[in-house]
Amino acid sequence: MQTRLENMKQAALAQLAQVTDAQQLQELRVKYLGKKGELTEILRGMGSLSAEERPKVGQLVNQVRGVLETAFADKQQALEAAVLNAKLASERIDVTLPGRPIATGTMHPLSRIIEEAENIFIGLGYEVAEGPEVELDHFNFEMLNLPKDHPARDMQDSFYITDEILLRTQTSPVQARTMLSKAGKTPVKIICPGKVYRRDDDDATHSHQFTQIEGLVIDRGISMSDLKGTLLTFARQMFGAHQQIRLRPSFFPFTEPSVEVDIQCVICGGEGCRMCKHTGWIEILGAGMVHPRVLEMGGYDPREVSGFAFGMGVERIAMLRYGIEDIRHFYTNDVRFLRQFNRF
Amino acid sequence: MKVSYNWLKEYVDLSGISPEQLAELLTRSGVEVEAVESRNGGVSNVVVGYVKECGKHPDADRLNVCIVDAGQGEDLQIVCGAPNVAKGQKVPVALVGAKLPGGVHIKRSKLRGVESQGMICSAKELGLNDKLLAKDQQEGIMVLPPDAEVGMDAVSYLGMDDTVLELGLTPNRSDCLSMLGVAYEVAAILGKEVILPQNDVTEDGEANPVTVEIEAADHCYQYSGRHFTNVKIASSPQWLKNRLMAAGVRPINNVVDITNYVMLEYGQPLHAFDAACVHDRSIVVRLAKAGEKLTTLDDQERQLDEETLVIADREKGLAIAGIMGGANSEITSDTTEIILEAAYFTPQSIRRSARMLGMRTEGCVRWEKGVDPQRVSPACDRAALLIQQLAGATVSKGVAGGTVVRKKPAVVSVSLDKINSHLGTNLTAAEVSDIFTRLQFPFETADDIWTVTVPTRRGDITLPEDLIEEVARLYGYDHIPTSLPSGENTQGTLTREQKIRRTIRHHLIGAGMSETITYVLVHPEQSENVSGLHEQSYKPIPLAMPMSEEHGVLRTSLLPSLLQTAAYNKNRQNHDLALFELGSVFLSEEEKLSRLPEERLYLGGLLSGCWVRQNWLGLKQPVDFYLAKGLVDSLLTHLGITDVDYQPSEGRSGMHPGRTADVLVQGVLIGFVGQIHPATEKAYDLDETYVFQLDVAKLGTYAKSFNEYRPLPKFPAIGRDLAFVVDRRVPAAALTQLIREEAGEYLESVLLFDVYTGERIAPEKKSLAFSLTYRHPDRTLQDEEVQQATDHVVSVLAEKTGAELRS
Repeated sequence: MQTRLENMKQAALAQLAQVTDAQQLQELRVKYLGKKGELTEILRGMGSLSAEERPKVGQLVNQVRGVLETAFADKQQALEAAVLNAKLASERIDVTLPGRPIATGTMHPLSRIIEEAENIFIGLGYEVAEGPEVELDHFNFEMLNLPKDHPARDMQDSFYITDEILLRTQTSPVQARTMLSKAGKTPVKIICPGKVYRRDDDDATHSHQFTQIEGLVIDRGISMSDLKGTLLTFARQMFGAHQQIRLRPSFFPFTEPSVEVDIQCVICGGEGCRMCKHTGWIEILGAGMVHPRVLEMGGYDPREVSGFAFGMGVERIAMLRYGIEDIRHFYTNDVRFLRQFNRF
Repeated sequence: MKVSYNWLKEYVDLSGISPEQLAELLTRSGVEVEAVESRNGGVSNVVVGYVKECGKHPDADRLNVCIVDAGQGEDLQIVCGAPNVAKGQKVPVALVGAKLPGGVHIKRSKLRGVESQGMICSAKELGLNDKLLAKDQQEGIMVLPPDAEVGMDAVSYLGMDDTVLELGLTPNRSDCLSMLGVAYEVAAILGKEVILPQNDVTEDGEANPVTVEIEAADHCYQYSGRHFTNVKIASSPQWLKNRLMAAGVRPINNVVDITNYVMLEYGQPLHAFDAACVHDRSIVVRLAKAGEKLTTLDDQERQLDEETLVIADREKGLAIAGIMGGANSEITSDTTEIILEAAYFTPQSIRRSARMLGMRTEGCVRWEKGVDPQRVSPACDRAALLIQQLAGATVSKGVAGGTVVRKKPAVVSVSLDKINSHLGTNLTAAEVSDIFTRLQFPFETADDIWTVTVPTRRGDITLPEDLIEEVARLYGYDHIPTSLPSGENTQGTLTREQKIRRTIRHHLIGAGMSETITYVLVHPEQSENVSGLHEQSYKPIPLAMPMSEEHGVLRTSLLPSLLQTAAYNKNRQNHDLALFELGSVFLSEEEKLSRLPEERLYLGGLLSGCWVRQNWLGLKQPVDFYLAKGLVDSLLTHLGITDVDYQPSEGRSGMHPGRTADVLVQGVLIGFVGQIHPATEKAYDLDETYVFQLDVAKLGTYAKSFNEYRPLPKFPAIGRDLAFVVDRRVPAAALTQLIREEAGEYLESVLLFDVYTGERIAPEKKSLAFSLTYRHPDRTLQDEEVQQATDHVVSVLAEKTGAELRS
């Protein structure tokens, strides 16, 4: 009996090793472990055994059944794995082929700079103020201390529509409008981004339409050192934490004192190169303390409050930041230009 | 203003300060130096020579063989090709080993068999700007005055051992349009004295016969006329020519050169008349008469108007005051008697006349910015002294004319507290006093308040803030500390409109469109060839004086610029375009503006070529109407704008009449979307192009930001698909709308999922298939309820649109 069991086990295991698919496995399972299988038959034959032998053989039969069931299960798993592997192998693709195209748009570089500057100044507690692009001469010039025959109007050759209405030459009229609308209240902390227009022939460095960001702060006790600190903060956020600024005296009719502000050259980092004419510095904006007459016209008493203002060309900032060589690119909108601005 | 470093040294001690250092100091304290240029462009070993002999070359007609004494011990034999070389001339001689600008090296050589030991130079070969040369020096070799010393270094003789600082002056610093003004500035920076020029003239002639009548006292505050006899007009001495050339002024003759020289020195424009041409030696300062004409020095006949100030005698006009002299009284080589004018004309008067006449002379530039009234007389005397010294003239006794309006110097006060609070500094009273002293501003001080009498040369200083600027720039901006405004805290934020604008921009970029910015000024024909968005047609607003027709009017629609951008890109093989712009258009009903036009912010979009393209996947999705509409839809959804209707729009200029839809929200037109008219596409040489244009303010009106979360449904939905056959002309939206209205309160959504026309249905019909989803919020719906609702929809659609359920 024991020998028969052992022989059957060996035969079953030998046949199992030969099995290659699920069908054969099932047949073999029926043959040995099924209701009418060989193991069942042997169990049936146990009636002929003595009472002493019966538990021994019974134990043996269960042992063999256990071995065979494990072997069949292992085999089944192996076969399933083989089938899956074959399927996976057949599904192999070339992962190096290009992905399905997802349309990606790009923000205009001038908008990028404006949004970035807005975010910097919003962080410093500024509001964003806006005004009309077609402006009254009164706001564009007179409220900014440029009466009709002022010599500084030399610098501003303008697009007039009528004697009194023109395309604004600067975003400063927004400052004048904001002051009037605030009706003497302090503090005023605004930046004004927007399009401006001057009679320049378009070339690599000039554009009859361009973009400015102006800033204005009015409060009690505002000083030149506040202006310097504010612009240093801006320069470091816009051009890098290592940046330094340098103020040079200048002249604008609406500020007194007036300064031009340089940052360290973005190309050479201050070593001196062609870009910065070997000075290590590059001009990025004009600024100053708000002229007392401008404060007065805006409804503020220059003996009570003071303020600073600054203005920068967005194209210039973008050209410095990205190394753009020709200002006309901003307005011709060649998509090979626009699509380069596709990263954060 | 070009400032000769060597010349400036006459007025202020510059020892130990190089031109480059000086430039940096000036720039950092408020007078920008735009360029520092050596007058020597690379000349060495060139000396003054004397041509002792000059004969023809034996083998070359055009060459001369000269024997030149160049102070070298032995005479040199030099072959020279210039036709004007002659015996007895003083000339610049480049010795063997000399260097000239442009990398020229002079070597011993043979020219047609004759040895040449150097080269006789032209002015151009020495690198002198020929625009600044006297006419007789522009051709051939440069002939030097007979008094030039043989053997002397030509670089120093010609003043080329000098450096020129070119100032870029801001409009307020016209005081630096003079050497003396620059000297005051430099003296303040360096803490040095200013050495004034010699102007003690000895009047060695008869009484001055000139009479002056100032009729236009509003335009002329002072007029001084000096008179000279025995004037010998000649070429100026070389030192004077050198200085004029360094300043960028062309030497002409001694008298004219002196007037220019003194103008550069004092900033006071002067003019000299040939007295023989002035009737009765009478000067009348008056406004021009109606129709008066005057021929100026440049031989142009000028038409004057009745506001133009002229200098005249009792019979005729002699000069346009402050702008240019008349040809009738010009200094010529025959002149022996002159009247010298030194005056104060008002800036407004000269600026107006110069603009009217379109003239801009060196004198004008100074008049327009305002000259120093206190320099009129010193400059007049200085010129008189030089005319006496350099033109051998006799100076008549006395100065004709006088002062009718005297300008008083400004008196301005400022306190130490104000200075420090304005600058954020901690300056002491001594530091501030030192700065005013260095500026040579007379002041009195008490209780830390300075009362400054501002010299008239600094007409730009009228307010305490102007004095603060003087303190700041001389103290140095680098020394001002940095701080941030420390007042009441403010909240930085964007307005709702600004947030919506950013949302639109970011959404469209995320959706695959690229932002453009185009010119606001467009061609008048371009402006209206594609529809604007407004309820009526507006004429574009023209500029009074456009620079070109291309940029002649303000745009009324964004689409023409977008089409132009598309055409530009197509010409560069950029065919696949998805562009948008956020920008203003300008609308006014007025023929001539009396108030500001309406500015409306529009959003324009343009699609052309393929939206998606990838060859290996066989993907190629040309843009179409429904893509454009889909982009608009997704934007409106993102902005929370519901209740959107699209209505066919047939009459928009430049748009395809069958493929354009107006976009309405609650019955209000907010924009349109559609295909560009094929004729317009052709005009721009574009392929099929789709556009949209939306009014951003209206988007803002209807936009709703997300603020209401709804819990997820707990009960299952029941779906029903219905296909209807309906007349082709019935718009799909009509059916969708009816289904929404009629399907009962448990209809959750309705989706059009198929459109079919073709063989299986009648030719004038189309099939539209909808998927309806029903759901009850609180329980599971029964099939019968849904069936009832659906049956109702079917019967209403049949009744109202003739739609039949497709079997």
